[in-house]
Amino acid sequence: MSEKKPALWLRITAILIYAYIYIPILILMIFSFNTQKLNVRWEGFTFHWYAQLFSDQEVILATRNSLTIAIFSTIIATIIGTLAALALQRYRFPGYTLSESTLYIPVIIPEVVMGISLLAFFSLIKFSLGLTSITLAHIAFSIPFVALVVRARLHGFDKSIEEAAMDLGANELVTFWRVTLPTIMPGVLAGALLAFTLSLDDYVITYFTAGPGSTTLPLRIFSMVRFAVTPKVNALSTLWVLSVFILLGIGQIVQRRQTRT
Amino acid sequence: MSNLEHGGQPVVGMHLPTKKFSILRSIRENKRSQGLFLISPAILYLLVFLIIPSILVILLSFMTRGPYGNVVYRFNVDNYLRLIDSLYLRILWFSLVVAGMTTVFTILIGYPLAYYIARSPVNQRPILLFLILLPFWTNFIIRIYAWIMILRTEGLLNTFLQNLGLIHFPLDLLYTPTAVLIGMVYEFLPFMVLPLYTSLEKIELSQLEAAADLGARPFRAFWRITLPLSFPGMIAGSILVFIPAMGMFVVPDLMGGAKTILVGNLIRNQFLVARDWPFGAAASMLLLILTLFFTLFYTRRAGFGEELLV
Repeated sequence: MSEKKPALWLRITAILIYAYIYIPILILMIFSFNTQKLNVRWEGFTFHWYAQLFSDQEVILATRNSLTIAIFSTIIATIIGTLAALALQRYRFPGYTLSESTLYIPVIIPEVVMGISLLAFFSLIKFSLGLTSITLAHIAFSIPFVALVVRARLHGFDKSIEEAAMDLGANELVTFWRVTLPTIMPGVLAGALLAFTLSLDDYVITYFTAGPGSTTLPLRIFSMVRFAVTPKVNALSTLWVLSVFILLGIGQIVQRRQTRT
Repeated sequence: MSNLEHGGQPVVGMHLPTKKFSILRSIRENKRSQGLFLISPAILYLLVFLIIPSILVILLSFMTRGPYGNVVYRFNVDNYLRLIDSLYLRILWFSLVVAGMTTVFTILIGYPLAYYIARSPVNQRPILLFLILLPFWTNFIIRIYAWIMILRTEGLLNTFLQNLGLIHFPLDLLYTPTAVLIGMVYEFLPFMVLPLYTSLEKIELSQLEAAADLGARPFRAFWRITLPLSFPGMIAGSILVFIPAMGMFVVPDLMGGAKTILVGNLIRNQFLVARDWPFGAAASMLLLILTLFFTLFYTRRAGFGEELLV
């Protein structure tokens, strides 16, 4: 569709829907500064819950676990997923269609089924549940998403630039590092960012593959929400929301700069 | 990194230096093996951590639970027969209803939004889309918690309505099936908006102008042109919403109270509470078959491609 200002009723509807999306999150953030412990109505402003949060050893441990898992799974999934995207976009090989469908299984399989199958698998091979099992599981569900994003980026890629580089005497490795990789880099970064947030966000698969001592932030928040609703949960949520916003903002800026050059 | 060294270069073999190791050379010169080389890490990984575990669950569903929650390796179909109990059928039906209603509501809310974005000036669209995605990149338990704060008995909505004098006693909003529906719709909305937008954005305004020239009123033009052309996006969105909604157990856990049990809760309980893995595996198979059936049914009815892949 091309440019023509949307009708007034449509604009009002859209504003209402955006309000519906944002108001719950805003309320959550505002009430993290509430002095009242029950968090029923607004009483006064305080940083008390943030101070409490930073001295909560379990939350700190859960944060460290979540970040460790997210960093390792993102690096590995990004490498494997990018290679798969290159293969699917550039080459025809035996088993192409089968490979393509295999890659998309995690996208359409219900998370709970993937979770219990990994639990059954790890228990059968007597692999003890913990940070490693969670990381292995996160890599599995991240690979397809990285591959999808990188593939979309490769779609409009002009091969003649590479051929020109080769004609000018660059070998394949140099061509890959100096021409191909920089061009697809925004896609790779976007894929990595997606893998990172998917890993940080995941509750269901983590829930089934976690062991004692490997509580992640979502698992921790779940038990906090379930058993002791205090503004501390709001404070933790606010910090999370703000860090995601900052991370995504940086991602957007980097991507814009990359596409411009 | 060694993968990159010999598999990464994408282009033809004409410029290759000669006198290299013969295996490397054969990989370099043969595009088929290059492709296989690049795809193999992903396929091997998914084979080990996805395909084999899934096969394991299929096998498990034909076993029996032992007296101590262990698995007895004796082939039988008892677990599947047990599923045809009215209790489990009711859970299944309830899950279908909740997932179906979630899908319908995400369409009702998501369609105007996607339509609005598709009609906005081109330079504003990325920002408008980004604004939809932004909250949903935060943790999904946090988003449920935000709604718990609003809906609970002493929550914001009840306080607000009481202050207005509209109600005198707090309503029981949380821990009801309605609360589960509210939570699910909020969770899955972007999965509907994005594919719908992809479909709507492709519609040429000239088609609508042609309809107008031929005397069609805006509503008729929408009904006969825009709506049918956006079906692929709606179907892709429905798949992206319906499948996770069917297997969801976290929202019912936190917002549904003890009575709201969906298939996802049933599977989780069989694995972690009742420790009847074979029965839980059979329930998972049922869920998987249902979702695959749903996906096939809908993709057959209307072809779609990139909408699913945004």
